[in-house]
Parts: sequence; structure tokens; C-alpha cells
Amino acid sequence: MATTAISHTPSFSETFFNSLYKGENGERFRTCLQCGSCSGVCPFGYLMDFPPGRMIAGLRADEFDLVMKTDTVWMCVSCYACAQICPSKIPITAGLMTRTKEELLLAGNVPSELQSALENSQRYGNPMGESPRKRADWTMGIQPQVTVLGRDKSPVDILWFVGDYPSYHPRVQLVTKALAKVLNALGINFGILGPEENSDGDTQRLAGERGLFEMLAEKNGRMFSKYQFERIITSDPHAYNALKNEYPSLGIAYPVQHYTQFLAERIDQLKPLLKQEVKAAVTYHDPCYLGRVNGIFNEPRILLEAIPGLNLVEMAHNQTTSLCCGGGGGGMWLDGFQWEKAHARLSEWRVHEAVDVGANILAVACPYEPPRFEDAVKTIPQASQLMVKDIVELIAEALG
Amino acid sequence: MNIIVPVKLVPDLVEEFSIDTSGTALDTAWLRMIINEFDDHAIEQAILLKERTGALVTILSTNVEGVDDLLFAAAAKGADKIIKLNGDIESGINNHALARAMATIIRDLKPDLILTGVQAHNDLDGSIGPQLAEYLGMPYIGYISGVNVSGDKAIVRKEYPGGLIGEMQVSLPALLGIQAAEQPPRYVAISKVRQMMKTVSIEELELSTLDSSGAPIVNRMFQPETGERATMLSENADEAANQLINIFKDLGTL
Repeated sequence: MATTAISHTPSFSETFFNSLYKGENGERFRTCLQCGSCSGVCPFGYLMDFPPGRMIAGLRADEFDLVMKTDTVWMCVSCYACAQICPSKIPITAGLMTRTKEELLLAGNVPSELQSALENSQRYGNPMGESPRKRADWTMGIQPQVTVLGRDKSPVDILWFVGDYPSYHPRVQLVTKALAKVLNALGINFGILGPEENSDGDTQRLAGERGLFEMLAEKNGRMFSKYQFERIITSDPHAYNALKNEYPSLGIAYPVQHYTQFLAERIDQLKPLLKQEVKAAVTYHDPCYLGRVNGIFNEPRILLEAIPGLNLVEMAHNQTTSLCCGGGGGGMWLDGFQWEKAHARLSEWRVHEAVDVGANILAVACPYEPPRFEDAVKTIPQASQLMVKDIVELIAEALG
Repeated sequence: MNIIVPVKLVPDLVEEFSIDTSGTALDTAWLRMIINEFDDHAIEQAILLKERTGALVTILSTNVEGVDDLLFAAAAKGADKIIKLNGDIESGINNHALARAMATIIRDLKPDLILTGVQAHNDLDGSIGPQLAEYLGMPYIGYISGVNVSGDKAIVRKEYPGGLIGEMQVSLPALLGIQAAEQPPRYVAISKVRQMMKTVSIEELELSTLDSSGAPIVNRMFQPETGERATMLSENADEAANQLINIFKDLGTL
């Protein structure tokens, strides 16, 4: 009997799997054991129609179109807990989750809250839709005056990439001012881009808007190339991640440090200046993009332990197992969407842990965290005495 | 079906405005332009109609800074033709002049349906829809929040105060002032917009003589001024709170 070749149009699952396979470490998707660790550790895995493990199963079963019909992938906060725990080291967050969001976004399936953050980022260079002209307004009244490179034109040692929330959010501006105070106390010659700075774009990328990320990165890259500086520092782990791991592939490569690294390097100079005691039990929350993603666990703790009077206690989940505040991967702009699905905030779980270890202060090192944790504190009666402070606020306090 | 969507860029309220030295217009030095919100809805409604019944959607806008981005974004959403209109726009044309000049251009495009935003916050001489309809000799219905086309008729939903919705039929060609599309304007990924920039070209047409007559003349434009009976509160929150307490005390409410 004669056989005829059947022409085969690749299904969405096949095309998508192929694109994942081509990505960094993409071949590892074939090594999934279906152990379910990723789905179990995922902070919102319990309510996803397809938690990460089932997504991979759906891909293999040629049924990924079913995954694309649900919206629960928008519960993913890109915290890397799944990628961290995976015994096969499959790039679940960087590959699967991010690419799925990209496909949903290309198909126009974007929750409206996220849509406005993306539109604002495109239009104003920041997700909150603030005037770009006001990006350096937080510097008003700071002495000595903060160098804005476009205005002052002098070469600096350090370019401080301030970031969106540190520039505009009233609570996070306090952290920004504290960092300015510490840099000035150390006599650092630094400058900022001010109105010429755009969002780093990393969270937009992880929320599926790769094109927007590239556009923002190119804008920042053009500004970096205009000025003279030796390295970049930032208080934002998301900006740090973008500058360190993502910008170089776009041809924008500069040495970059998170401020905790920068200050820990200068601990011998800094420590004698820390004269005021901060008498408190302090627990430190490892931000996903500082800790799990970039392996910076020691420097924040070195800084905290240098503060006189401070007693550092660890929460049950710390370092690589740290819990997400809920702000990553677009979570910062999906609060309503995620509340509707979960009726729980990830930040509340963390605050419960801080209370459980008897902390008076929950120390953080990411600009998403002070507002998220402070909101959580307000909803948890046992946490009424808990304060949320960025590490650099505690250092600035200890400077007196 | 041939749908024409004239849209415009308006000053973005995210920036604080200042008045120029003539004292009759906004200072354009720091002006940032954004698509008129209602025009954004008009585009969305046109794309929805195209998806539902099939149509050729043409977007028209005057050539001011930012118009290319606006047009490419509309193309990425599904518009078939994007056109920018050149002319002496910098000198500050009004809706009367624009309506007269655009009517000539739109007539040549042989529209079945024209959708435009029902109003814009910088309409100093009336919204453009009714004026355009007058010069084109077409029926106009404004405050529309839903359109269905069948044959040479459109059934439209018009919003009235108090939550009332009227449904009415209009013969085509007609011009509709869009209050809201049936769904919020969609998001298009930047990669799609960038793709349009590479693959789609913007057609350019000339606006003929711009005749601004018939419109009110601006004698003076100014920031809100303190009236005699108004008490301005301090910008300092603590001072403002104290002032408020004193005011309430004086009024006998505290």
C-alpha cells in the first residue's frame, strides 16, 4: 500500500517550544522530571490554572494553547523561586514564564492595570506616569547639591542610576535622600542623569514587554555614553539586574554595583562614622533580584552588622529561600488583579515572618519594598510595632 | 466599508503649563503632546468595527511633533492607512480652519463612516465633529459609546445624562463623535509598533488654505487667579491644616 507524506504545520506548542529551546539553557526544558518542586515553591502556584510544572507538561503534550487561554500566568511575580529549586536547572522564570507573558501581550491579552504601567513607561519613561521633568525633584534642598549630569557637565566617579520609585515615590524618596546623605558623608563624587534617566525597563521585560525594555535600555544607553564616569551604582536590584545581566547584550556595558556592594567595599571608612546606636532587633528581607538572582547575600548583612546596637535576626525564609514581596515581574502593577485572584498579599506573609522572629525593624534593600511591606504592616494587627526601613536609612540614622 | 478617523494630539496634562509672552496661548517650549483621549477611543471603535464587519480604516492627523508615533501605533492596532496632514499648523490653527481644510481631503477619501473623538480639552472654538459634518453635508451624532453597521445604516448608542442610553439609526455616510469605544483602547506591544515603523509608510497630504474665520479670538490666557472671595491655602500641609481649622472655627462649624 502506498503511503503519502502528511504535510505538517507546526502547532503553537511546537513553535513556542522551539523558541524556548533556542534560548539560554533552553535544552534543559527537555530534562524536566515533572517533580513538581517549581509549582510547589511558587508563591501563587496553588491558584494558577497551570503552575510552572503543568505548563511544561502542557508544552510536551502539545497542549500549550490551553495554557494561553488562562490568565493565571499574570500571577507570576518573576521571583525565581521555581528556577532556584529546579533540580534540572531549567530556566523557568527567564524562559518559560517571561516568554509566555510575551506571547500573551503580543496577542493583546494584558490586564488593564499592567497596560497603563506599560503605556506610562513608554510615554514618560516611568511606570507611574509622572512628568520626566520632575525626575530629579527629590534632590531639592539637599546639600551639597546633587550633580545632575546634563546640567553640570563635570566628570564624576560614580553615576548613580536612581530608578523610578526612588525618584518619584514619596516613601522611597526618603531612602533615596538617605543614600545621598551616606554618599556625601563618604565624600563620593557622584552624579545622576535626572530628567535624562529612563526606567531601567527590567520589570517591564519580565512582564512580557521585551520591545519596551529594549527601547528604554537604548535611551539609557545613549545617555550613559554622553557622560564620563567610572561605574554605575543603584539602589534598585531590578535596575542592577538589567544593567549587569541584560544591557550588555544590547551593547550597553558598564561596571555596575548595587549600593550595598559599593558601601560594603568601603566598610572600613564607613564604620567609624556610624556613631549613633540603632537599638533594635532587625531582620533582613533578601530582595529576589539582589539575592536569589544575583547572589548578593553577604554585603547587606555586613552593612547591618556594622551599625552599633543593632541585633540581626534571620527569618525562616532567608537568602536563597527568601519570600517575594510580590512586586516583581509586573506584580507591582497588578495588585488589583492579583488580589482578585488570591485575596492574599505576598508581602503579608513576609511581615508575619518578621513578627514571628521578634523583629522591631524589617530591613530591605529594594525600592519596591518599603511601600509594599508598610501596606502589609497596616493590615496585620500583630505587626503594629514593626517598622520597615531600607538598610541605607538605618545607616543614615547611625551617621547621626 | 471605508472608515475615516481624524484624530489630534493635545497638550499632555502631566506637565505644568505656562503662558507664552503674547499672553494668548500656551508656551509650547515644554509642551508634551498626547493623543486626545476621545480620539483614542474613536480609533478603538473603528478597529472593533473592522474586526466585526470588515472595513478599511484610515487614520488622519495633522503633522505636529509626535504624530508619527501616534500613526504607527494606530497601524499596529490594525489601521490600514495612516495619513499626516501638512500645512501651516505651527501658527496655531483652530477647529474652524481645520474642519474646512479637512473636509476637502476627507471628501476625496469617500468615507462611509467618520469616527472622531467627541471633544478635546483644547477645543476653544467648539469640537471638530459637528463642524466637519456641516462642511461635508453629513448627519452628525455625538456622545456615542457603541456602533453597529448593517448595510447603509448604522445603529449607534448615545449617552445621555443620568445614565440613559439612546439607540438610534443613522444613514451612511455619517459622522459620529465618539465618547467611548465598546472596550478600552487596546495595548499594542512596542515590538509591533517598531515593526510598523519598518514596514508601513505614512502618506502625506497638504491642507489647503487655512481659514480660521468664525472662531472666537483669544484676548488673554491666564493661570487661575485668586478671586476676591477666595482664600488660598498654604502649600505647606501643616500650615494649610491650621488655616482650615481657623476657617472652620470662624464659620462656626468647629
